[in-house]
Formats: sequence, structure tokens, C-alpha cells
Amino acid sequence: MASLIKNRSIVADNWRLLERGAERALPEVPATGDVIVPLAVWQAGRAALLARNNSIGVWLDSGENAEGIAADLHHFALVAVNFPTLADGRGYSSARLLRERYGFAGELRAVGEVRRDQLLFLEQCGFDAFALRDEQDADDSLLAFGEFSEAYQVSVAQPVPLFRRRLAAGTSS
Amino acid sequence: MYRYDEIDQRLVDERVAQFRDQTRRFLAGKLSEDEFRALRLRNGLYIQRHAPMLRVAIPYGLLSCAQLRKLAHIARKYDRGYGHMSTRQNIQYNWPRLEEVPQILAELASVQMHAIQTSGNCVRNTTSDQFAGVAADEIVDPLVWCELIRQWSTFHPEFNWLPRKFKIAVNGSRSDRAAVEVHDIGLHAVRAAGGQDAQGSGPGTVGFRVLVGGGLGRTPMIGHVIREFLPWQHLLTYLDAILRVYNRFGRRDNIYKARIKILVKERGPEKFREEVEAEWAYLKDGPATLTPEEVERIESRFTRPQYLPRPGSDAALVRQLAADRAFARWHERNVFPHKQPGYAAVTLSLKKTGVPPGDVTAGEMEAIAALADRYSFGELRVTHEQNLVFADVRKADLHALWNALRPLGFATPNIGLLTNIICCPGGDFCSLANAKSIPVAAAIQQRFEDLDYLFDVGEIDLNISGCINACGHHHVGHIGILGVDKGGEEWYQIEIGGNQGSIKPGVGASLGKVIGPSFARAEVPDVIARLIRCYLEHRDSEAERFIDVVHRIGHEPFKKRVYASAAKVAVAEPA
Repeated sequence: MASLIKNRSIVADNWRLLERGAERALPEVPATGDVIVPLAVWQAGRAALLARNNSIGVWLDSGENAEGIAADLHHFALVAVNFPTLADGRGYSSARLLRERYGFAGELRAVGEVRRDQLLFLEQCGFDAFALRDEQDADDSLLAFGEFSEAYQVSVAQPVPLFRRRLAAGTSS
Repeated sequence: MYRYDEIDQRLVDERVAQFRDQTRRFLAGKLSEDEFRALRLRNGLYIQRHAPMLRVAIPYGLLSCAQLRKLAHIARKYDRGYGHMSTRQNIQYNWPRLEEVPQILAELASVQMHAIQTSGNCVRNTTSDQFAGVAADEIVDPLVWCELIRQWSTFHPEFNWLPRKFKIAVNGSRSDRAAVEVHDIGLHAVRAAGGQDAQGSGPGTVGFRVLVGGGLGRTPMIGHVIREFLPWQHLLTYLDAILRVYNRFGRRDNIYKARIKILVKERGPEKFREEVEAEWAYLKDGPATLTPEEVERIESRFTRPQYLPRPGSDAALVRQLAADRAFARWHERNVFPHKQPGYAAVTLSLKKTGVPPGDVTAGEMEAIAALADRYSFGELRVTHEQNLVFADVRKADLHALWNALRPLGFATPNIGLLTNIICCPGGDFCSLANAKSIPVAAAIQQRFEDLDYLFDVGEIDLNISGCINACGHHHVGHIGILGVDKGGEEWYQIEIGGNQGSIKPGVGASLGKVIGPSFARAEVPDVIARLIRCYLEHRDSEAERFIDVVHRIGHEPFKKRVYASAAKVAVAEPA
């Protein structure tokens, strides 16, 4: 069972992520339960999804743009962004756009090739939940969040860049 | 030198601890080969032909003597007693042991150095003019801006997994000595027309001409200007905008089409510019907008040489130049004008015949450090042409410095000349290479050892790459040599007409074109000799360089000369 980290704690996962089937076939949506559906399922059947009594999440693949769901975000309790490979960094930009430009305040979950050594940067870009790959040691992975105590850049986690905080604190010496 | 503050130091220390743990997990079998590969690359660690190769950043080329001594110590203790200066202002060690790399990184951190992002698909070491801050023709000192970019790019959370590697160069002089036109992003620091603040300095009027999409490698391209003037306050937000467009839309389906230059080409520079500007509209004036206080803070953390107000007259130097022809030659080629009266910048040639270009032994590093302490305020620079620079030498000390450099072998008067060859490590070391490059450089240097002839030929860049990845910048050599593999044999393709940038007025950055079929290694020096001969016959004066002639008369005369029958060539060859 893969582990879920949320807000830097290991938690139970109440959501069911619906993956595409063979040849990218769209999955069936079960009658009940909180589900995370592929973007195409949302686009094809939003009325039916909204009629369900459960929470709705949608997941973006790495090539699917955040702009595509910007107007719908109020419907989602959760948005997931898929990382098909470790090297595919598009999801980091998607997360920042969802948080900073489109104001998404719900759970933002990284799924796919999510491993310990990406967690800190993912969090800085706005993810608060991480569906770790099966073999990852969840307890050990929590240590990754503490590996760096500062960052130079503006990010979702730290909207004021280091240089402005340095000046405010008068620590330049 | 930029001096770290407590936070700069802490981040580098934390990186060492992080990599130590990653290495431990890898060696314990808890981290897969693939996963560890991605992580070690971001710390400059490749697995090479013989052993791991560790690439250490020398940010924008600046190095203190304490740092150089540490590099010597690392070479001696963890490697085979030498290092290799790369074409990107890095130093590479070819024989470290994986288990010891965390300790090497800790040693580096103790002198404010690191190997962060020196490889991997992320923003690499920012490079600059080796004469930054001292060049007589400088418009804007690029060092402060380079350091701001270093900090912005270090562990940028959004841009650590780009489609491909990403290289930024900054130039601040009239001459482009940073090759900004062949970088993913090239920044040319300028001052707004008509604008000038009280001291003619300070950030008030500074801005950047922004070029995007240049690069070498297998698909060489010249960058496009996407903004003529970016006011300095907006430097980081504009970089964020470019990188975001690239991170989102750069190709990831084919490693050979993943550089930003392909995105710029496929979109078209104008469309690409529009996308960047649209993205920037959201980021502009946001919290990452730079402030005068921050620019001043960074500036204040740079140590600057305390020049003597009266460094002495040039009379002795004039006498020495008149009396000593060898010194005068060295002065002509290796001494560069300084903005400070009474001072000069000196290039130490690492291109002595028979030594692999860019290689320095531990003992040599220590000897150089001692000289830099004595003659150049305890600092030096590394250049993208794989040489070293003492940036702040009193003119009155030049003769003494030259005398001290000669026995060390660093006074070869060949800067800008044919034997100042840029050369990658090639097939002797690199697992990517198709062919050896160092023996080719050595053979050419031996063939053209005669100084009178070299000086007569004049300025010419000759660059050698052992494979299509072009680490030796062969596309922008006036003569470029590329090692290729044909049925398991090493062959060499010759290009002419490339130019790294507008170092001299006239020809700007351009890419070389192949002159014809490849040659065996043994033939290469003869081919170069024929090209040179052809040039000498066609030049209208000594002022017209090889590159100028190629651009004036085209490739044909050179091709004819090279591929003429062997008998005819033999007659025409110089003795």
C-alpha cells in the first residue's frame, strides 16, 4: 500500500484515483466515494459528477495545462498533478499556477513518480499532499522536508523572497 | 570575490548533508541507480569512462587563492594530482571515488564552493566575461548580476527538472567575451540611451538586452534578441517568465530537441517572445522584483581590490618592452587593458604545447596561488577558453610576473593565436566522445610551434570537440574540428567560419560550416596548414583576421586548397 503524506504527516487516503485504462480508455466512475478523475472525465461528464453526493477531485497529466481547469476549481476539493517520470518537471509549474494565479486552496496532490528527494521542491511549489511511490519509506521521506532551512526564491511556501526578508530583518552583515 | 553570508553558507552545507545521505542510501541499496543518477548529476557527478567525474562550479569564473589551494588539495588527496578547467568556468576531476564525493563537497563548502547544478537538466553555472569588473571597455560590471542569478538559480524549486540543461551567460562590455549569443539565455548588460546617473554607475540606468535560444551541441543556433532593454529591477521576474514558458512547453519527447533553442525555433522567436511577455505580465513588479538595497547588499559582499592611487609610472615597462622581445610578445598577446590606470589583466596560458588544454596540476595550482597572492590581490579567474587570469596586476609588476610565470610554463604568448586551442577532454576521458581530441590539439600545437609564424598568422580561434555535443565549442571556432566515428574509426570533420561573438568589431557570432569529407587524425595538422596558407595568400593586410577573410571570400578557396591533390599541396606548404 502506497503511503500518503499530507501537511508533512503520514495520513490515510480516503480518495480513489481513477486511472485511464488500456489505450487511454476513460475509467468508469463508481456511484459513491470520493474520486479523483482524469481531466477528460470531468470535461465529458461534469453534470453527472456534480450530481454525485461525494467530493470531486480531478487530476492533470503533466502535459495538461492548469489553465484548462482554472474556471472550474471551485468544484474541486482536490487537484492532483501526475508526474509520469521523475524528470518531467512540468507539474511544478502547474502547481504554482494553480495556487498563485488561480487561487486554488484545496488539497494539491502530487501523484505518479513521487519520491522522497522531490518532496521539498514540490511543497515549495504548492503541493501539500504526496502520494509516494510504493517502495518509498514514508517515515524516512518525512525527513526530506527539513533538508533545507531556507530558499532564495519566491515560492508558494515562501511568497517573500529571501532578499526582502533579509532586508526586513536587517541581517545583512 | 563574493563572500557568502550565513545563509549562503548554510544552504551549501545543507546540500552537502543531503548528498551525503543520498550517497549513503544509494550504497545501502535503498536508492535505485536511476534515481541516484538524477540526484548525483545535480551535484556534478557523472560516471565516466574510467571513474566518476566531478564537476565543480567556479561561479562566473571567480576564484580566491584560498579556494585554488583547496582545489589543489582535493586534486592531490582525492584525485590523481590534477584538475581540468572546462569551457564553462568549471573545474573537473576525472578520478574521484564515489564514496569520497560527499567529503570532497564538504571540503569545497569550507571555502564557499560547491558542485550544485553543474550537470543535470537544470540551470547550470552562470558564466561571464573573464575580465568582468576590470575591462577597459566595460559598460556595466556583470559580477553583481551574475551573483544574483546564481542565488536565484540555486535550488529553484520550479526549474530543477527542465526539459534539458540550461546555460546563462552575462556580458557587460562592448566586446562580447562571454559568447552570449550561443547560450540558452544571453544577457548583455547595457545602459539606457541618454541615461546616466551621478557617478556613471549604480543600478539606476542599467538594463539587459535579452537573447534566448542560442546554443551549440548537435543543433547549433545563434540566439534571438527577445527584449532590447530589460530594466535591472525586472531581471529575476523576466528569467522566471522565460524559464516557465520553457519548463511547460519545451519538448520532452526527444532529448535532442529538448533545448530551449528548439522551442524558440518551432514557435518562432516572435511568438516565443509574446508568450514570455504574457507570462511576465503576471510576474512583473511582484515580490521578486529587485530593489536598490539588494543590489547594494550583493555589491557590498564583493571584495574589491584596493588599487594604489599612484601605482607608478609606465616608464620602466616601456623600457622593458623595448629591451626584451620575448616579454614584448607576451605583453602583446597575454596582457589586457584595465579600467584602472597603472593596472593590467594578465592571462596565464594553459595551452603550452604537449599539455592537455586546461589541465593544471596540484603543484601548479599552489604556485599560481602564491603568485596571485603576490601580484593580483589574492584572486584569479578561470576563462571559458580554459585559461587563467590575474585580473589586477600593477603594470610595474608585469615583467616580474612574466619572469615568475615562465619557468612554470604559463607564459606561452599565444592568447588569441592558433595554439590557444579550446579542447574538450575527448575520448581519452569522456564516455560520450566519438574520438580523441587532446592528441589532435597536441599535434597542431607541435606543428605550429614557431612563434614568428604564429604571430604572423595572427588572431585565430581553433576549437576541438571529440563529439557532436560540442563541449569544445567547435561550431564557433574560426576553425572547428569535430571528432566523428565512422565504422569504429576516428575521423575528423573540419569547419571554418565560426565565431564565438563580437569580440572585435566586424564579424558577429556565427556558426562554422563543414568544408568537406573528414580526415584521419594524422592528416589534421596538414589540413590546418593548408587553411592557414590560403588565408595568408588572401588577406589584404595583417589586420584582416582569418575569420574576416573567410567571411569576405567564402569557403570555396579554402575548400579548393585543402582538397587539392597532395602533390600540388606539398609544393605550396611552408617549410
